[in-house]
Amino acid sequence: MESFTTLTGVAAPLPMVNVDTDMIIPKQYLKTIRRTGLGQYLFDELRRTPDGERIADFVLNRAPWDQAKILIAGANFGCGSSREHAPWALNDFGIRCIIAPGFADIFYNNCFQNGMLPIVLPQADIDTLLAAASGCGNHTFTVDLDSRTIAHPGGEIAFDIDPERRRRLLEGLDNIGLTLEKAAAINDFESRQRSAAPWLYA
Amino acid sequence: MARTLFEKIWDAHLVDKAADGAATLYVDRHLVHEVTSPQAFEGLRIAGRSVRRPDATLAVADHNVPTTARAEGIRDPESRLQVETLEANCAEFGVPYFAMDDVRQGIVHIVGPEQGMTQPGMTIVCGDSHTSTHGAFGALAFGIGTSEVEHVLATQTMVQRRPKSMRVTIDGALHPGVAAKDVILAVIGAIGTAGGTGHVIEYAGSVIRGLSMEERMTVCNMSIEAGARAGLIAPDAVTFDYLRGRPLAPGEADFDRAVELWRALPSDPGAAYDREVKLDAAAIAPLVTWGTSPEDVVAIDGVVPDPADARDAGKRAAMERSLAYMDLVPGTLMTEVAVDRVFIGSCTNGRIGDLRAAAAIARGRKVAAGVSAMVVPGSGLVKRQAEEEGLDQVFLDAGFEWREPGCSMCLAMNADRLEPGERCASTSNRNFEGRQGRGGRTHLMGPAMAAAAAITGRLADVRDFNE
Repeated sequence: MESFTTLTGVAAPLPMVNVDTDMIIPKQYLKTIRRTGLGQYLFDELRRTPDGERIADFVLNRAPWDQAKILIAGANFGCGSSREHAPWALNDFGIRCIIAPGFADIFYNNCFQNGMLPIVLPQADIDTLLAAASGCGNHTFTVDLDSRTIAHPGGEIAFDIDPERRRRLLEGLDNIGLTLEKAAAINDFESRQRSAAPWLYA
Repeated sequence: MARTLFEKIWDAHLVDKAADGAATLYVDRHLVHEVTSPQAFEGLRIAGRSVRRPDATLAVADHNVPTTARAEGIRDPESRLQVETLEANCAEFGVPYFAMDDVRQGIVHIVGPEQGMTQPGMTIVCGDSHTSTHGAFGALAFGIGTSEVEHVLATQTMVQRRPKSMRVTIDGALHPGVAAKDVILAVIGAIGTAGGTGHVIEYAGSVIRGLSMEERMTVCNMSIEAGARAGLIAPDAVTFDYLRGRPLAPGEADFDRAVELWRALPSDPGAAYDREVKLDAAAIAPLVTWGTSPEDVVAIDGVVPDPADARDAGKRAAMERSLAYMDLVPGTLMTEVAVDRVFIGSCTNGRIGDLRAAAAIARGRKVAAGVSAMVVPGSGLVKRQAEEEGLDQVFLDAGFEWREPGCSMCLAMNADRLEPGERCASTSNRNFEGRQGRGGRTHLMGPAMAAAAAITGRLADVRDFNE
């Protein structure tokens, strides 16, 4: 997995609540059998009319936010379907960090599986970051996972994150490889379960 | 120490617990479908890994499959490739697979319980958020992403932080005409679509105890719409009776032993939950949604709410956006809202009991002029059962379409979808913008209510049909 250490780039404001994964990547793009190439369809129905024309006033269609690497969003971001195509689409677009007052659980977890960093902050901090990302002038933020800080044009904000998730992101660890190192414990579990409830094993 | 049902299952599946609290949890059963698995199998292939327990895994294509005659195959080349990829992956990795022409094919969350694969006390995962359905059996069932699907295929475990627990107790008696769908919509309306975030919800109380197995699945199915990691209902005689004799349930020689273990699962008296919510059954009316979030519920005899009454500016903005998308005016009676389409089916309401409830309303009546209504059974076995009972003929006589099983217009990945501006009475689980087709407008409700809407051509109160 790609590691995440620091990320510097334009932050885009998307102050909508309950942004669902259908909105992030509509169903017609889930037919792919690859992980890549979904960035062009990110927020498809907000970015393009049914005829395929760009909707000029949507934030990710406007400079400088069309180059965004960070997204500042509303509460319950990523709710709904478990589709990992949602973080894949964000990642492919270039957005590797989403900052919101809260995330839906599956989306939140899916981000970490792809070297992406979702950050939870209180609404007051989100409001500060939304203002910094929306104003005229400089919209460049730097997210530093090691020091757990977000530097924005108006100052700096600290954030919290689960230490183990942080370690895995910083080191870009392979989750499956780590679990396979526990093969002996898995084998033990299976032999215990097999004697207690043999019908669970074909 | 007194433990909850959730804690008992969690503790029984711990393979390893790291010092920081991350747990490696054994996964008893893994359901796989075509949309969220191709990249997972590809990952195994690249890393030279195998599927650890094909015997604990079952695959079926459901999201992409057409609901028209099976013999016609899949016309859309991308959908066809995805289903063929699943078939090839199952063959390569030795995973059992129900093909499209197998009568056991259907929506993955209907198939698992129907086959007896879903059992009390199990941990179950699937790359699909509605995996919460299986919690109806007292199984801890998580929806996961594709990377975790790959992790489970390779290791038969998942790495999880322990969720918090919430108990939702619904006591009292439901009024006539109030269905399981209304119960879960009422819960979502009460706690909100993020109300269960980070929690496993256990549903309890006299109402839940009185529900059939199928109704319990409807309730647990939409736990994800309340934001929960999973939904749970304690197993009891209703659960055991449902399971006995099913192909993948414990056989006769083992069944009583299994029941003995299952009887120990319900939460101990005095077990503590992180959060408690109580609902009065008598306060639940037949419900519909008015907006674009499942929490946007209103009684069918109510009116479209007014954003001016919203509790804060954020909520007001969201309501205004929803109403504009739904093309609704505050104060309008819900029963005055005309529909173009009706969809009866999905993992929420595509079981035989749902079709019986809808057929009871449709029997001897006609779908309103200008309304297009379809019934999509949740599996081939549900379809066969319905046909044995003559329900297909009831629907066809009334002017409904009778289709082949699949996810269909719940998410509109196949050819079944709304056109822009079309309004649909739907028994599915999500009313998000564009969910059933770009520009489509979805009102969620139970199966009898959807059938009533088909007959009247407007959102309708099922209680007016029950005289």
